[in-house]
Amino acid sequence: MLRMKSSTLRFFEQTILLLFWSATAVWASEPKGSSSHGTNIFAPASTPAKSIADLSVFVLVITGIIFVVVFALLIYSVVKFRGRAMDAGREPAQVYGSTQIELAWTIIPILIVVVLFLATARVIHAIQDVPEPAGAVDVIAIGHQYWWEFRYPKLGIVTANELHIPVSDREHPTPTFLQLLSADTDHSFWVPELAGKTDLIPNHPNRMWMDPQRTGIFVGQCAQYCGIQHAKMLLRVSVDREDDFSAWVRAQQKVAVEEAGAIEGRRVFERNACMNCHAVDGTPADGRFGPDLTHLMSRATIAAGAAENTHDNLRLWIQNPSAIKPGSLMPAMKLSDADLDAIVSYMETLR
Amino acid sequence: MSSNAITIPGTQIQARPWVDELHQWLTTVDHKRLGILYMLSALLFLVIGGVEALIIRIQLMHSHNNFVSPEVFNRMFTMHGTTMIFFVAMPVLFGFANYLVPLMIGARDMAFPRLNAFSFWLSFLGGLLLYFSFVGGSGLYGAGNAPDVGWWAYAPLGARAFSPGHSSDYWTLSLLVSGFGSIGTAINIIATILCMRCPGMKLGRMPLLAWLYLVQAGMVLIAITPLSAAQIMLLIDRYLGGHFFDTQAGGSAVLWMHFFWIFGHPEVYVLVIPAFAFLSEIIPVFSRKPIFGYPVMVAATVAIGLVSTSVWAHHMFSIGMNSYASSFFAITTMAVGIPTGIKIFNWIGTMWGGRIQFKVPMLFCIGFLFQFLIAGLTGIMQAAVPFDWQLTLSYFVVAHFHYVIVGGILFAIFGAFYYWYPKMTGRMLSETLGKWHFWLFLIGFHLTFDVMHIPGLLGMPRRIYTYEPGRGWDTLNFIITIGAFIQAIAILVFVANLIISYFKGAEAGNDPWDAWTLEWSTSSPPPAYNFATVPTVASRRPLWDLKHPEDPDSRYE
Repeated sequence: MLRMKSSTLRFFEQTILLLFWSATAVWASEPKGSSSHGTNIFAPASTPAKSIADLSVFVLVITGIIFVVVFALLIYSVVKFRGRAMDAGREPAQVYGSTQIELAWTIIPILIVVVLFLATARVIHAIQDVPEPAGAVDVIAIGHQYWWEFRYPKLGIVTANELHIPVSDREHPTPTFLQLLSADTDHSFWVPELAGKTDLIPNHPNRMWMDPQRTGIFVGQCAQYCGIQHAKMLLRVSVDREDDFSAWVRAQQKVAVEEAGAIEGRRVFERNACMNCHAVDGTPADGRFGPDLTHLMSRATIAAGAAENTHDNLRLWIQNPSAIKPGSLMPAMKLSDADLDAIVSYMETLR
Repeated sequence: MSSNAITIPGTQIQARPWVDELHQWLTTVDHKRLGILYMLSALLFLVIGGVEALIIRIQLMHSHNNFVSPEVFNRMFTMHGTTMIFFVAMPVLFGFANYLVPLMIGARDMAFPRLNAFSFWLSFLGGLLLYFSFVGGSGLYGAGNAPDVGWWAYAPLGARAFSPGHSSDYWTLSLLVSGFGSIGTAINIIATILCMRCPGMKLGRMPLLAWLYLVQAGMVLIAITPLSAAQIMLLIDRYLGGHFFDTQAGGSAVLWMHFFWIFGHPEVYVLVIPAFAFLSEIIPVFSRKPIFGYPVMVAATVAIGLVSTSVWAHHMFSIGMNSYASSFFAITTMAVGIPTGIKIFNWIGTMWGGRIQFKVPMLFCIGFLFQFLIAGLTGIMQAAVPFDWQLTLSYFVVAHFHYVIVGGILFAIFGAFYYWYPKMTGRMLSETLGKWHFWLFLIGFHLTFDVMHIPGLLGMPRRIYTYEPGRGWDTLNFIITIGAFIQAIAILVFVANLIISYFKGAEAGNDPWDAWTLEWSTSSPPPAYNFATVPTVASRRPLWDLKHPEDPDSRYE
């Protein structure tokens, strides 16, 4: 049935998708053509999100038709059969039921359910049961209380909060496959324009994939309540051109630079508890409880997207994390102003 | 049958001192008084849960708002959800069951009056225990705090590593205690309906309300038991070194999700079936026609009850189930739509050809029909699993289930209050205030929950205490908050109506709505023994037979 009408249906779907996209885009006031994307589920930029949006429109059309029919019936019966002053005291004909009518309104919904189910099952299979192709990028995403750890096992990269993946074109698809793990409570990885959400659950590894067809920054955030700062566990996915991605990979694979001017800050970092939680590649700091800082300055944000990565924000964050993100698990180290300045200048060398 | 009160000549009933009166209420085993106690406790918690909702809405009014801290916000949504489900919706529905079931089947009380009282007090104390956490939640270490793990308390958030102190223990214990109360009441309802019907009232002649409560009580037994088991397992984890859900020791977070939703989804039907019951009584009376397709309505209810026990994992489509499991739960979930659709059509069939009187109870029922239709359709959207991968855990879901619970269940409960208040108190609720209540609440409801779908489509997750500007969520959230306040005003009108009409309402008489079921044959409020002589019935509408001896229903059975 789906196949028979597929061309008309497709036209229908596209029109409605466009309508939805424009309607929601008005609210989201999405900057067109800019490299930063919104979080509108009707503006998909990758195959899983696209198949979901198509199915959504199909379901919306069917439920829309049901709504119009039943709504019209309701309005009609409320208006047509309203009590009038002249029938005071008289009762209407007492009707107890009708087998034919009741059969009709049982069988039609059953048919609708069958159609909806088949359409749904097809898309579930198409998204969930895709085998991983050879050229895919592998990423292990680990949810932590209120930040994201990203590890690229084949490339030997560890980073945090800002995921870089290559754009994928139809001729040379380079999809990214994520393995989803959790270090503590449940989280959920949701970047609406790239894919539906999948949870990160301790002791229950999950998998998801995306093959973005547009470059730019795609935002999202943790969708499963994970504790006090669930709200500020933001996600940024940077979809890079092929050469940009390779350059990024090469830069991330390097160990941390050592600059003579930052030696004092490095001492403060290693003298305090910082290195128990944070790693800086090429130094003794190898903590894993907090984000890897080897290339901190390559990231646009700090504190899982809660603040921009500027000098002032960095200083404030190290001085008192609660000022930016109350409930964050990073403690305020009560550093002196001199130590604070030293450590910030050290951080600023970690490009 | 019309005048059932026994008056003993020569006796003067003296006004008792208020202490005696209070003592009577606290020790009562009368099903009507217990019903009213259930409703009053539910109204108390409704106001508390409503204030929590308003705090949530003020905080989300615009981006980066600082009205409350994240800790307080998380406690508010946890307490709001827990309170509204367990200490408002369940008690008020049990209250109506208590009050109405014996009266409608011609019985003098519930089957086990003392179990009834015990169950009520367990439920009520469960509510007090939950709120005691504000005082005692941190144990000996200082000021209290309320649980902040969300109303599902997903593992491992409820484990001691992530929930130190005792706040989540109060959550666990209060649900455990009130759960036992619910089980007691469910057993009582089943026993009453099966064993206490008056002569002539065969199962096929029971008012639909009794049938629906029979199914609902059966589902309470199915739903509450796994929840109580899970709470006990959680307590074992927290205090006896168990590892059921403790993921750091190899426990399973997914196991808790299954346990919770095996309770959680049937629970939705535990709440909505009584709402169906109210509609099935109110719509016929105000359409002046019998319910359309009684046997099909019963069959559809039983079907909903059965199918709804195998849909729970549709709350968990994002946890990474395999595609076969996802498909199974998709089709069962869509299948529930079929009997539910039959019900909506049968209610329309009841109105079709009738003479609809737009009294306040009927207005709320018509509101229910519109809103429940939309709630059902957004439910179908979420049964389409890939669509749900986008919708679940977003504000779209929050809008959807509030559409079910507020737009559906709460509207039906308001209808029931306006319909049966005259029976309970002997006074009519004011129609004028009732219409203000209805229209204000309708406007507030749609302003809040229609708009709330959109931020979900725009990627706004639920349970966040604040959000970034520039996502397109600000204006929408502001409108939602305005709607919430309009609803709050409507609730105040309702409470004022309940109080004012109790003292100044018009006398109701036995049968103000010209209705057909047995509760309207006795005085308002009914005497403690309900019926001076136990009635005998010959059809589904005994009072119709009495009022229309020339054309009784019993002739067609």
